[in-house]
Amino acid sequence: MSHYLTKLETSITAAQEKKDLLLMTHIVLGYPNFDDSLRVVEDMVEAGVDLMELQIPFSEPMADGPVILKANSEALKGGATVEQSFELAERITKAFDIPFLFMTYYNILFCSGVEKFVERCDNIGIQGCIVPDLPPAEGLTYLEAMKKHELAPVHIFTPNTPASRMRFLSDNSAGFIYSVARKGVTGKDTAFNDEIGEYLTKCRNATDLPLAVGFGVKSKEDVDFLRGKADIAVVGSETIRVMEREGVSGVKPFIQTLVA
Amino acid sequence: MRNTGYYSQFGGAFIPEILVPTFDELETAYLQAKDDPAFWAEYLELMSTYSCRATPITRLDNLSEELGGASIYVKREDLNHTGAHKVNNVMGQGLLTKRMGKTRVIAETGAGQHGVATATMAAKFGFDCTIYMGAHDVARQRPNVFWMEQMGAEVIAVTEGSQTLKDAINEAFRDWVTNMDNTHYALGTACGPHPFPEMVSWFQSVIGTEARAQMLERTGKLPSKVYACVGGGSNAMGLFSGFMDDDGVELVGVEAGGRGRGTGQHAARLAYDDATIGVAQGYKTFFLQDRDGQMQDTHSVSAGLDYVGVSPILSHLHETKRVRFEAANDNEVVAAMQTTVRREGLIPALESSHAFAQAYLEAPKLSKDDNILINMSGRADKDIFTVADAIEDPKWREFIINKAKGYQQGINQ
Repeated sequence: MSHYLTKLETSITAAQEKKDLLLMTHIVLGYPNFDDSLRVVEDMVEAGVDLMELQIPFSEPMADGPVILKANSEALKGGATVEQSFELAERITKAFDIPFLFMTYYNILFCSGVEKFVERCDNIGIQGCIVPDLPPAEGLTYLEAMKKHELAPVHIFTPNTPASRMRFLSDNSAGFIYSVARKGVTGKDTAFNDEIGEYLTKCRNATDLPLAVGFGVKSKEDVDFLRGKADIAVVGSETIRVMEREGVSGVKPFIQTLVA
Repeated sequence: MRNTGYYSQFGGAFIPEILVPTFDELETAYLQAKDDPAFWAEYLELMSTYSCRATPITRLDNLSEELGGASIYVKREDLNHTGAHKVNNVMGQGLLTKRMGKTRVIAETGAGQHGVATATMAAKFGFDCTIYMGAHDVARQRPNVFWMEQMGAEVIAVTEGSQTLKDAINEAFRDWVTNMDNTHYALGTACGPHPFPEMVSWFQSVIGTEARAQMLERTGKLPSKVYACVGGGSNAMGLFSGFMDDDGVELVGVEAGGRGRGTGQHAARLAYDDATIGVAQGYKTFFLQDRDGQMQDTHSVSAGLDYVGVSPILSHLHETKRVRFEAANDNEVVAAMQTTVRREGLIPALESSHAFAQAYLEAPKLSKDDNILINMSGRADKDIFTVADAIEDPKWREFIINKAKGYQQGINQ
């Protein structure tokens, strides 16, 4: 099986005609609350972000580091529900003209009913999903539903992933591939150096989908390093840190420094 | 596609991509060990020279008489080195760690027994060791934390989430996704992604294999019922595996009823109706979760049973009705423990006391010809603070107050 064409991939290709490197950011829906989530999205889009991951909070975010972990648990403490996440996501996709993806853990899909979850993503204009604890072998129902709705299941390449496995993951993906720049969880530092350059070449050779690179991308230097090596730079935990340090209004100027 | 370890609809391996090669490596090492008779021989030799295997069975002469029904026997896992069945699994995984050429082990722990067992194994085999333990559990199980640290392990108090076992498991996974090259995660129970449920059950099967032969030798027949407490389910899987094919032996798993049915403050996933099927911590099973799939807080007087999920193998055996699940509440558990201490001079851990409580309820309904067997998965030394509080022992209280005064005066000098 080879990957199918999605609206997400088409949008990415179109955006690349104007920019050599796209920027994807990440927020946790409902953190610090749903109103602020909406404001942050608005600021990010105005600052020039090209696509966004909206994380539906989960109580056991195994692949996330301290920053996003805390954002998940605070959102849940504030009473965030899956229903509220869908409602806000719908407002967001209607208001802003960039692609949005859901990022969440498999139990959220499983408890909603996988097919129902995917159908609803389609209905509200979500273009793809990243589910870090769902390898393709466990996700056949999910993959079929995503294909049926022409949505993008995004899988993850890691520095430990053999080339053969990368090709398998690519065949089961659509939209783009998310390459993590290092081992570990989200939000820790990454040294962007030649070694990563080699790894990204390996990723590039294993897929003809656009390549997003994340984990530890937090400055203009990191973003510039990725120019020519990746299609999309992903900034995740750092924007949450900025928001915690400087308030919601700090996010826009931070994004502007990245894309300057 | 490889077998991802399903037991009907339960189990699987829902793991982050970064760990896929690590799980492949682990599964290969496990399957090779399982096919290698020399590995099991080495394991049994280690357990007999380091941890008192075979552990005996003891007949509760006084309580069998008083309760007036079945003869009650106890499998003495409390006599293992480190005081619980946890060491059976840990030593096995230690041998596998050596085979895989890794030099560091990490583990989660609830009650602290698995942490102590892992720290012990690491000290013996010369591994670096980090133990993740919920801050709530660190507070209530200080004696175990003390011994882990004495044995050279780093104990990290996990302050995320409910600060109990599930949060310690998440943190251990976060460590593992960073350090998998030199580190093995010695998961402590028959849960988690494949191959852990199967592998941990294999190491613990030493309990059931011994117990079956011992009951036959001692009583000339198989027991009518066997009882084990169920947190994650490793001691239960260990005992039950010995009797799985004996249709006449009823298998009874006893969960933590906490403050009772309908209170929302318990950890009974299978005995009560509150749990639903979900996927978390890398596997699919019954979880205590809300409708969105968010894990809920659990409660038990025993840290070791205070867990949201349960072995996928036990969920399967629950569905096929091969195992009957019950729950004992906190008060019944403390009472059963006190009875056992007073009448038999055995000191079962609060976890194990759940199995005793259920067995004492059912023994009088059986005939004198019946034998039943309880797995005493661990001893209660670690629980002395919790039990002293639960029974409000005034002399213990006075001892602690005086001890604290002594420390405070020392600091003030």
